[in-house]
Amino acid sequence: MAPRSQRTLKWLVGGPPFLFLVVFFLLPALIMVVASFRYPGEFGGLAPLLPARPGEESGLTAESYTVFFGDRVYAEIFAKSFGVAALTTLVCLVMAYPVALLIARSPKRHRDLMVLLVVLPFASNFLVRVYAWMIILGPFDLLFSRFAVIVGMVYVNLPFMILPLYTNLEKHDPALLDAAQDLGAGAWQRFWRVTFPLSLPGMFSGAALVFIPVLGMFAIPEILGGKDDWIVGNMIKESFLGTRDWPFGSMLSLMLTVAVLAVAGATSWLAGRSLRRA
Amino acid sequence: MALLEIRNVTRRFDALTAVDDVSLSIEAGEFFTLLGPSGCGKTTLLRMIAGFDQPDRGALLLDGMDMADTPPEKRPVHTVFQSYALFPHMTVAQNIAFPLRMARRGDVETATKVREALAMVHLEDKGQRLPHELSGGQKQRVALARSLVNRPRLLLLDEPLGALDAKLREEMQIELIDMQREVGITFVFVTHSQSEALALSTRIAVMNRGRVEQLDEPSRLYGFPKNRFVADFIGKINMLEGELAGTGDQPRLRVAGLGEVAVRAEAGWRAGTAAALALRPEQVRIAPAGTDAGLPNSFAGKVRDFLYIGDVTTYIVDLPNGQRLQALLPNSAPGRAKFFEVGDAVTVAWPAEAGAVLAQ
Amino acid sequence: MRARLALLLEGLGIAVLFASFLASGGKYVLAGAALALIAGAGLLGALRARRERANFWLWYASLLVYAFLYIPLVIVVIFSFNDSKLNAEWVGFTTGWYGRLFADEAMLQAALNSVLIACAAAAIATVLGTMAGIAMHRFRPRILPFLVFTPVAMPEILLGVSLLIFFLNAAQPLLGAVGIEFGLGLATVVIAHVTFCIGFVAIIVRARLAGMDESVFEAARDLGASPWQTFRLVTLPLILPGVVAGALMAFTMSIDDFVITFFASGVGTRTLPLQIYTMIKVAVTPEVNAISALLMALTLGLIVLASKLAPDLMRAGAE
Repeated sequence: MAPRSQRTLKWLVGGPPFLFLVVFFLLPALIMVVASFRYPGEFGGLAPLLPARPGEESGLTAESYTVFFGDRVYAEIFAKSFGVAALTTLVCLVMAYPVALLIARSPKRHRDLMVLLVVLPFASNFLVRVYAWMIILGPFDLLFSRFAVIVGMVYVNLPFMILPLYTNLEKHDPALLDAAQDLGAGAWQRFWRVTFPLSLPGMFSGAALVFIPVLGMFAIPEILGGKDDWIVGNMIKESFLGTRDWPFGSMLSLMLTVAVLAVAGATSWLAGRSLRRA
Repeated sequence: MALLEIRNVTRRFDALTAVDDVSLSIEAGEFFTLLGPSGCGKTTLLRMIAGFDQPDRGALLLDGMDMADTPPEKRPVHTVFQSYALFPHMTVAQNIAFPLRMARRGDVETATKVREALAMVHLEDKGQRLPHELSGGQKQRVALARSLVNRPRLLLLDEPLGALDAKLREEMQIELIDMQREVGITFVFVTHSQSEALALSTRIAVMNRGRVEQLDEPSRLYGFPKNRFVADFIGKINMLEGELAGTGDQPRLRVAGLGEVAVRAEAGWRAGTAAALALRPEQVRIAPAGTDAGLPNSFAGKVRDFLYIGDVTTYIVDLPNGQRLQALLPNSAPGRAKFFEVGDAVTVAWPAEAGAVLAQ
Repeated sequence: MRARLALLLEGLGIAVLFASFLASGGKYVLAGAALALIAGAGLLGALRARRERANFWLWYASLLVYAFLYIPLVIVVIFSFNDSKLNAEWVGFTTGWYGRLFADEAMLQAALNSVLIACAAAAIATVLGTMAGIAMHRFRPRILPFLVFTPVAMPEILLGVSLLIFFLNAAQPLLGAVGIEFGLGLATVVIAHVTFCIGFVAIIVRARLAGMDESVFEAARDLGASPWQTFRLVTLPLILPGVVAGALMAFTMSIDDFVITFFASGVGTRTLPLQIYTMIKVAVTPEVNAISALLMALTLGLIVLASKLAPDLMRAGAE
């Protein structure tokens, strides 16, 4: 095909989704970056960029950032959020591994069904899944605690750890385990020295898929936890809808984005390293 | 006027020159084959004829017209793909009808032609089947029928028999020859199997690294290879290295450890130049030691090994200079499995006209 | 044999745990007994002969995890038939809560909104997502994959918040300047949903294309079809199952979405998840259970349908 018609076709087919996403995804993101450098409006929201009425703040400022980096409490909240996310990821990993391994080792005809069974609870509404734990933990007096928040987070994110782990484990060559056994390795040895190292990329994938969303979740701490359990997501929500300090909320969102990118980068670097070593 | 003319066509992919200044003409009614090892450029050339790729330099002319601006769907050229590329969501009949629908041939004419095509490939009752219900050989035939149904000027076949097992492959080869003769359409066939090329083609272009090494009829390619690559690629070959000696009417090849070998007189012979004699195994006579074969080139040797294939046996003979020679002998004597055993002393001989003298 | 017995014992323990959620008095006793049973089953299995051990532990742990995944949802459904305002113990069977649902104006409006939004969002996202999937497979662009997949991978709150600012601080004043009144409502929710649904459809369509024999498209052109004809007669029919599965996924994601809808909807626009959220925070009654059960049934049906149409897509989605 002549190169010129290739290019027009590329724009014809890829153009509309591209344009849509530029306008409704990229643009809002850029606007939010700018917003983090503005003053909050008189009645909430954002103050105008150009001076409108005398006595009203306008223009750009780094006020939100100075507040953030100045007060220790924000660092503590971020640390707490990371802690919750890390604990959730760990628990998910421990719970997901046996299931993923079981499905990967089951005969082919059972696997699709078993995977479907893992995915089906995910089909129910997010809030319903959180609500269910309200019902369960309430009568046992375990509600509105850090424990409840973790349980809720794990419950909602578990499939995202199981699936990547399973995808990885399924690809393992069974001959490797046979070879290890032939050379004298027992069951635990075979797992620890063969299966586990080879599954590291899958683990890191799953970790990223769990860790990152947890940072931004506000509904679970709100519904299942106490005031003390607020994480970054809660703060962002509060900024936008509660105190209506939009610049501050935008700044927090940017901080969250930076954290997310850092985690994504770290897990993908770790996954790459583990691949090379294995 | 040739049906297809390829003029100085070059195609490069970054640092790799896939097709290097190739020129050849294909006549109407031919079974023309592009033969060569993988990476030699034959498939690239085929795709350029079909229109899926454009040459960087040079031109392709069909019936005298330059096809540079003609997209694949407008060229009267059809391709049989290596994977058959049957449309999985259409029945066999719908697959075959596809090009007729594209040419807007009308329902009645289409139905008739589809029926004829199915009959031609002996799949009359499979019209309503879906591709995944067919065997490899059947899919092959549907692909052929589909490409031939609207009688293109040229049919391109990209290693179509590659996925078939040996027996099926041989059957299909015969069917292909018959079909081509019956339909009269020019075939351009791409393969890396030299035996297949020899069996099917009217002419073969042997390609290597983007260039055409030799373009000739099969028998001439086999009997008179122009260079080492062709000699080695086609069939089995014995290579005797040496130096040209003797005179113009009585040329000789001086081979170290063996002596002087009488060779055929060729133009451009010059004493002293390094050369090699390419000798086919069936040209080497083998007889028990001491027999006088009555041929100018006669040497003593010992049987080192042999390959029994059923109809023929290839004997591997150690020559006095340490070189090994392959000699082919048909196993025609009933009740005798082979003539010579390992370790037998034999005489190998061949006439002066046998083989081809190749430059270094 | 002992392994099977141990697993059976574990199942029994899980059942007792389940019952403890429904019981009135003696909750803690039942729960304690259940945990003891489960632990005992573990011990029993551990005493098994060496050969079976690894497999036993896999089954033992997996059973617990599967139970963990399903029991909460089963409880929600069961309590939707509970004849009591509290979700603490089982009193009696009733379908009254479902009846109350259908009389609840706000709930019905929210349900209607959810369906409308989901239909619109799914339709638009399917068209744009299919185009994106084809473009990414065919032309390997560099920026498009980033734009398509990031909304799916990043925390939802970021997308929701940035769209809120965009709608109210950019779109609204800009459109207001030309005389168009613009505010948060159904349209903004649809736009927000499309933004992250495109990714789902694109992944599925691209995976479908990647699994096909490329030469089929060349064959069509070779036999005389123009690029448009090739698309219409060959490409489209072949990717159709993927497109439909993608549409179903988009519909499901839209109906279920909470966070993004939370920020992109205005005061007057309620969807089912938002309605459920309000009910959870304000007054928890088994009506919530009832609507949850209905919603679960719907999305369950849709996912099963999607997985039947394209069984390998679950795996593609996981990647």
